[in-house]
Amino acid sequence: MPDSLTTTFGTTPAAAGPAREPFRTTAGGRIDRARPLAFRFDGKTYAGVQGDTLASALLANGVHLVGRSFKYHRPRGIMTAGSDEPNALVTVSRDAARTTPNLRATQVELYDGLAAISQNRFPSLAFDVGAINDRISSLLPAGFYYKTFMWPRGFWDRVYEPLIRSAAGLGRVPTAPDPDRYLQRHAHCDVLVIGAGPAGLAAALAAADAGARVILCDEQAEMGGSLLADRQSTIAGRPASAWVAEALAELAGHERVTLLPRTTAFGYYPHNHLGLVERATDHLAAPSTEVPRERLWQVRAREVVLAAGALERPLTFPENDRPGIMLADAAHTYVARYGVLPGRRAVVAAANDSGYRAALALAEEGVEIAAIADLRRAPSGAWLDAARKAGLPVQTGMTVTGTSGSLRVDGVSLASVEDGGEVGATRDVGCDLLLMAGGWTPSVHLFSQSLGKLRFDEALQAYVPGIAAQPIRAAGGADGEYGLEEALSGGQRAGVEAAAAAGVSGASPRVFVTVSPPADTSSVLGALPHPTASRGRDPSRVRAFVDFQNDSTAKDLKLAVREGFRSVEHAKRYTTTGMATDQGKTSNMPMLGVLSQAQGKTIPEVGFTTFRPPFTPTTFGIFAGAARGELFDPARRTPIHPWAAAHGAVFEDVGLWKRARYFPQRHRNGAAEDMDAAVARECLAVRQGVGIFDATTLGKIEVVGPDAAEFMNRMYINPWAKLGVGRCRYGVMLREDGFVLDDGVVGRIAPDRFHVTTTTGGAASVLNMMEDYLQTEWADLQVWLTSVTEQWAVIAVQGPRARDVLAPLVDGIDLSAGALPHMALAEGRICGVPTRLFRVSFTGELGFEVNVPAGYGRQVWEAIHESGQPYGITPYGTETMHVLRAEKGFIIVGQETDGTATPDDVGLGWAIGKAKPDFVGKRSLTRSGMMDPGRKQLAGLVSADGQTVLEEGAQLVGDARMNVPMSVLGHVTSSYYSAVLGHPIALAMLAGGRSRHGETLYVPMPRGLAGSIAPIAVKVVPPVFYDPEGTRLDV
Amino acid sequence: MLLIPCPFCGPRPELEFRYGGQAHIARPENPAALSDGEWAEFLYLRDNVRGVHAERWRHIHGCARFFNMLRDTTTDRILTTYKTGEPRPEAV
Repeated sequence: MPDSLTTTFGTTPAAAGPAREPFRTTAGGRIDRARPLAFRFDGKTYAGVQGDTLASALLANGVHLVGRSFKYHRPRGIMTAGSDEPNALVTVSRDAARTTPNLRATQVELYDGLAAISQNRFPSLAFDVGAINDRISSLLPAGFYYKTFMWPRGFWDRVYEPLIRSAAGLGRVPTAPDPDRYLQRHAHCDVLVIGAGPAGLAAALAAADAGARVILCDEQAEMGGSLLADRQSTIAGRPASAWVAEALAELAGHERVTLLPRTTAFGYYPHNHLGLVERATDHLAAPSTEVPRERLWQVRAREVVLAAGALERPLTFPENDRPGIMLADAAHTYVARYGVLPGRRAVVAAANDSGYRAALALAEEGVEIAAIADLRRAPSGAWLDAARKAGLPVQTGMTVTGTSGSLRVDGVSLASVEDGGEVGATRDVGCDLLLMAGGWTPSVHLFSQSLGKLRFDEALQAYVPGIAAQPIRAAGGADGEYGLEEALSGGQRAGVEAAAAAGVSGASPRVFVTVSPPADTSSVLGALPHPTASRGRDPSRVRAFVDFQNDSTAKDLKLAVREGFRSVEHAKRYTTTGMATDQGKTSNMPMLGVLSQAQGKTIPEVGFTTFRPPFTPTTFGIFAGAARGELFDPARRTPIHPWAAAHGAVFEDVGLWKRARYFPQRHRNGAAEDMDAAVARECLAVRQGVGIFDATTLGKIEVVGPDAAEFMNRMYINPWAKLGVGRCRYGVMLREDGFVLDDGVVGRIAPDRFHVTTTTGGAASVLNMMEDYLQTEWADLQVWLTSVTEQWAVIAVQGPRARDVLAPLVDGIDLSAGALPHMALAEGRICGVPTRLFRVSFTGELGFEVNVPAGYGRQVWEAIHESGQPYGITPYGTETMHVLRAEKGFIIVGQETDGTATPDDVGLGWAIGKAKPDFVGKRSLTRSGMMDPGRKQLAGLVSADGQTVLEEGAQLVGDARMNVPMSVLGHVTSSYYSAVLGHPIALAMLAGGRSRHGETLYVPMPRGLAGSIAPIAVKVVPPVFYDPEGTRLDV
Repeated sequence: MLLIPCPFCGPRPELEFRYGGQAHIARPENPAALSDGEWAEFLYLRDNVRGVHAERWRHIHGCARFFNMLRDTTTDRILTTYKTGEPRPEAV
């Protein structure tokens, strides 16, 4: 290990401030050496410069060890220079709330004061007790937890699962709520170009020239892609970087072009709908609170050009995962773009000329190239010639058989491969940097997400975009065009075609005269040749990593094949290869290579797995956007809500509605009533005097037209033809399968006009079902449906004194029992306001529901409340409403019913219009199962001790001494304490319930020690507990 | 998110619509004449198409009309939309 590295792993105190960066070159690259930055990693302060990523700055300080691997806790370093990084995952933290785990150090832009920590290590990165997993790795093969934690059964919940859970996961979630803002916006364009390398820039220019609306996005801070690190090529006679600047300036000048740097296209959805995340402030030392942290762009693009480039493949050889082992192209990027030397003495393992390019760039900066081991038997070409000319030690027909080093690579074992595939004697070469050039893999993730079919290209030994399923075309590296000239011309062609397909054309094609070194398409797949057991090390101890992030090895994949996981989808899941947060960017093709070797099949025969969103991990924040806290859901409030709030109501959510649940009163000592006391008081007030209740949230639908009665006849089980104007009826609606969907009182306002009420939660689905039948089955009926839920405020006045309260307020309405009997309605005025006044009762008492236009709701409510003062009028909430209706045995749809109850099951068989030939659900009621006398039926329950309030949802059994699992007869649907009766009551759905009145059953409840059960004895009674004759209604 | 060409309003995002199940399943004229088996078939049996599927949609947050659509379930490509009551077009 070179001396300059030792300080990295030592305990040099940070107090002295950032030191000079020992691995920074003196000139060149796209960084600003005049703007030094200080940052902290694991508590130690380092120096970097503006333009660095966290990875490049760490490398400039000689820090390669940045994390521990997921399963074996092996030391890991920086392997790539981009979003494909599997190893260098860090947590970046501004404070307890602004903490983001699992960020790729290669994508984190450096700012002054940045603080990052490593993950998956304890107590420290250099000494990690979890590394014991690496020593016992032979005990942790693929799927070890399926095979290991099987007995004793009871250990799973208490021992194994907690242990596995604490060991699993990467990083730690923030401990405080996220204070940042996230915005969402929609955008439309003719052509969306993904990736701003040479192909993407050429495509954007061509589409813009044609007059298309263009969005160009790139995940990096700077646009330009591979050109930003290209020091050899010229385009139109200018250096590549100068051409990039000109192209970007030209694009920025187009008013129809939107440039989005720091923006990742993470998801490709149907009909060219793409999700883009723009990181607006993560790169800033002191972000303004005016700017959102991130923006979600939902882009609908007529055409998409995928110019996402290509990713370099790692090589699959033993111990290919040590810090200091890096992709060749990444090393080239660090030198050329960031002015950083990733080491002092390098070995290059190359199956592609990318290795030569990196070696030459490193050598130019003074890095010693100890060996270039070319895996190819007889390579040729300009890059090889240049390397030989520069005097670099090239050996061909080589393989890598292992590496050494604990926290950083310090040596490589190389061996020659003979013609017959025999591996020769190994030679150890000392180094602090090992580069891998395994060839290129087109970045087809988004094409795969778009459901396009990939095609295996034999020449490239890679999958490339094949038949598109949506308007998308690929160009450049993503299309397997690795050369600069092909990328530019391919991008230009894609841009012109995309614009034309979007309906704009008229560009004069540009010609890009380029001078560029030749591109190389050679690559390797699968594990590199390795000596047999007799000559080399014990093969069972050799681990060549395929998926670095999930720690799966070539050996794991071979084991999966031996254990019968033939399908690539199964082998992938069994070994978790490609299933880490990097979505298999570096591991997918090597996995297919190893499976191909193990199964003796070609790559296309092995098959391919599907890439899924997101391309890189995204925050939850962008999906939540502004929908947090108060804005999480819209809240619906009635016009009476402010009055209820001012009178101390406790509210509950019913759908989106806020409903007053009860109105606790203050005791003299200042304490508030609890719910039980408030509800008992409210209940007695209604039974003995009068109560007032806000029923505005009831759904209301106006059914109008010459065929309205016929339509109602078909939709509801009840008969409607003979219902007189000014009369009401309790209606029940079924689904076509015969089960109760909704109920509510329906009033006939005129021969062709019904005022239909629905449950609060069912309004939308009832209207939808009515519209469905009206539009699609009975389009001949002359009927119109209008939701009027929001138009009417509804004030229920219930109790023996209800008539006395309302009488002074109404105008033109006779409230007497003779003129307005139970289930009648009248139109007139109340408090000078038009009203539809229903005489209806959901309490069993004399009752009215006063409908007034919503805008007058509060005014009329207050007038009624005032008028009721002499009678002690008591506002009550939904909880009291529930108790009062349960005392009368009235069901609530969704509480007594659960989507499997027929009208007869809940005691509503009387409502069916027997003479009607048909209605929705009628045919289903005569299926044999629907008429079984053993079906669950509505019944009442009282507890035998006269004081236990049962739990809603509790089960009913016939024999208290049964062993678990007991055979269950039914369940409790509603349960309350009845103040007027002085004992608890409950409703239940009970098998054959109507024939069980008088029986004693049991509610087995868990009590005391786990597993022990204490049954509660209950008596089955009819479901109407109070005033079964209904005498209180007809007064 | 699908971009759905409502026959009445033109292309609108899927958020404005509600799915309505398989199209062209007419409610029997006289349900009472059907056997339990035939009725159960009408109620519960639906095609599970791999390819072009005729399905109902409702532009519930727009014109509120029901209409029919031919959609390829493997790619989500919409071949056409047409009004309720019109016969299923030949697959394009």
